[in-house]
Amino acid sequence: MSIASAPHRHWKKPPLIKSAWLRWSLGLGAAIYLALAFGTTEINWTRVWEGIPRGAKFFAAFFPPDFVTRWSEIAEGIAESLWMTVVATVIGIALSIPVGIGAARNIAPAPIYYICRGILAVSRSFQEIILAIFFVKLFGFGPFAGVVTLAFATIGFYGKLLAEDIEDMDPAQAEAVRSTGAGWLQWLNYGVQPQVMPRMIGLGLYRFDINFRESAVVGIVGGGGIGATLNTAFDRYEFDSAAAILLFIIAIVMAVEYSSGYLRRWVQ
Amino acid sequence: MATAIKDGTKVWQRRERGAQFATWAVYLVGVAIFVYCWDLISERTIWAFALDAPAQAADLAARMVPPDWNSIHGLWRPIWDTLNIATLGTVMAIVVALPIAYCAAQNTTPSTAFVRPLALFLIVSSRSINSLIWALMLVTIIGPGVLAGILSIGLRSIGFCAKLLYEAIEEIDESQVEAVRATGASGAQVTAYGIVPQVLPAFAGISVFRWDINIRESTVLGLVGAGGIGLPLNSAITTLAWTQVSLILLVIIATVVVSEWVSAKVRHAII
Amino acid sequence: MLRIKGLSKRYRTGDLALKGIDLDVPDGQVMALIGPSGAGKSTVIRCINRLVEPTSGTVMLNDVEITTLGRGDLRRARQRMGMIFQEYALVERLSVMENVLSGRLGTVGFWRSFFRRFPQSDIDEAFRLLARVGLDHMADKRADELSGGQRQRVGICRALIQNPDLLLVDEPTASLDPKTSRQIMRLIKELCAERKLSAIINIHDVMLAQMFAERIVGLQLGAIVYDGPPDGLTAEALTTIYGEEDWSATIRKVDDETDHENIAAPELPSRHRLAGLT
Repeated sequence: MSIASAPHRHWKKPPLIKSAWLRWSLGLGAAIYLALAFGTTEINWTRVWEGIPRGAKFFAAFFPPDFVTRWSEIAEGIAESLWMTVVATVIGIALSIPVGIGAARNIAPAPIYYICRGILAVSRSFQEIILAIFFVKLFGFGPFAGVVTLAFATIGFYGKLLAEDIEDMDPAQAEAVRSTGAGWLQWLNYGVQPQVMPRMIGLGLYRFDINFRESAVVGIVGGGGIGATLNTAFDRYEFDSAAAILLFIIAIVMAVEYSSGYLRRWVQ
Repeated sequence: MATAIKDGTKVWQRRERGAQFATWAVYLVGVAIFVYCWDLISERTIWAFALDAPAQAADLAARMVPPDWNSIHGLWRPIWDTLNIATLGTVMAIVVALPIAYCAAQNTTPSTAFVRPLALFLIVSSRSINSLIWALMLVTIIGPGVLAGILSIGLRSIGFCAKLLYEAIEEIDESQVEAVRATGASGAQVTAYGIVPQVLPAFAGISVFRWDINIRESTVLGLVGAGGIGLPLNSAITTLAWTQVSLILLVIIATVVVSEWVSAKVRHAII
Repeated sequence: MLRIKGLSKRYRTGDLALKGIDLDVPDGQVMALIGPSGAGKSTVIRCINRLVEPTSGTVMLNDVEITTLGRGDLRRARQRMGMIFQEYALVERLSVMENVLSGRLGTVGFWRSFFRRFPQSDIDEAFRLLARVGLDHMADKRADELSGGQRQRVGICRALIQNPDLLLVDEPTASLDPKTSRQIMRLIKELCAERKLSAIINIHDVMLAQMFAERIVGLQLGAIVYDGPPDGLTAEALTTIYGEEDWSATIRKVDDETDHENIAAPELPSRHRLAGLT
């Protein structure tokens, strides 16, 4: 028996969202949305059902994958993808440096800032594949269209991150270099570059990795590289060759990721 | 030594002699690789076509204006499908990514010898393969349609979400977990009270971030038949209906901008 | 000789940071600029080498009008003014030597500086300066490996290698401990004497200002409210600069100047007493 007979105080975990009205309407909204989404999604279940054995066959094709039958095409495609990645990453980064510097609010004058931000926005709002469709139209089938696509996408990615990095730099260090009477390029080289360089090298390697993965996609619409080979393999239901290609892609991505981690530590 | 004594005066160079040579060698190899790759690509390019591009671009641009506003009525349904593909795909990815991330994080994994490598391999495989390739695969297996789109977005996002999530789990403050464990809590309780509160903000941020990316990605899945606004885009391009193409591109930009705005708002509200 | 006339600065936010300052600094004079935070000390210094553009007024250094110079001439004028910063402002990822040599950037072309091929005379001078401040063995260390006092010495070398006519010093001791602060201030004073340099030192430690400067200028709300010798800083003068406060512990006897190696005088506040002992 409790001697003080203090009234029991109830405690409940306070809800994540304070306003009860907002909480309920968010929950209800989510429920309605999910119901609508599932209700309106047309799924052909018989087709899905038929697909299951095909999926099993595809999965079985990984054990073992067939590297031999289409070896020359696979090797060709992978090599082409790698060339495209190298060229597109180098060109893309080279072009994104001036754009990124121009898009840094703290060092670029207003008109240049807006132009460069505009370039970045255009490059970032379209998927690589849409860009690839148009570049294939303009430059013709083949790896060059893929290179242009990847380089253009690299500008948006790398330029934006470079601009943000420059905006985050320590202004005191840059000001100190300016106070010595350094010219603009010298100021960039001594005051800005040392501050952003290590991170940008890491991001360059990361972009190389992304470009390789994307190079497998631009081939689907005719931009060269391993994508075309993969597309053909699926069209012909040659799942064992497709499995081999996918394993190749995974292995290369892993290798790039691993070596970039190593390189980044080395740069630091 | 970067500082050397030569003829009685101290000479200074940025790098030591050996390091300087190594640096030049690295640059040289880099340039050689680039030139070699460029050469191979240029061999496979018909430059007459490539150099023709500005004229082609002007021609195409002229055909694309003005956008065919009347065809907007046919686009509402694909937009809705695109939205569903992105959202349901993200939801699916998060549900699957949670246990994988738990198994992949060094400090929570049940076994470092077997479960962790497997989880890491799943993450890498999912991340290495673009959602469009997943879609290509799924369309041949389960047929074209929205379901293939949802699954391919989901499969691609699992690796992304799980990777960021397990990194967040590995960065948590161990002392808080220890404090909960010291109270005599069970394993599940330690997770619920020591780990979940610490990674919850990161988790919410990752989900919204991925949703935003998925909106972009789901706009193109239709090109290989996996539903969404890519379907009408594909058919407009194949039928050379350029005014419709330009309308669809505008719609895509609008969707992307809106989704970016929404995700920025939500992330701001969470943090 | 530096001659400032009617210097005003209004920031884009509308704040009037400087209200028509007149100031002459003769050659070889070490002047301390004191005043509360936000009085405009930093703005004065930055208007002199135009890291901040003054709104109106003129700055003349040795009969060169700084305020109207074009870009190229401004670079040459900046080369004549060495600047030492609060928090050192070294480029942390460059080596000590590169930081010192960056003081010569105004005199070498871009490509020479890009490949770090500075004239041997600059490198000799850099080694001489580093030896003077006791850091010549650190030349190839990265700047972020150094301690605070060492970094500020590198900062001093960077300013001096410009071979300036004037030193602009912005809160040189703000992030240093009391003992290192004195060492740095003494170093600046000695170097100014060696090279017959004039200096403007922003400092908020009144004690240090009195100890090492031959002239004190007090700034309050963008206007000069005191200009005179260090021992003229009475309680009333400090009150006009900083506002009402008990100043008895801050006001220093003039004869302390002679025994600066023996700072632990009993009437000093405890912080400084401790500093003298460490």
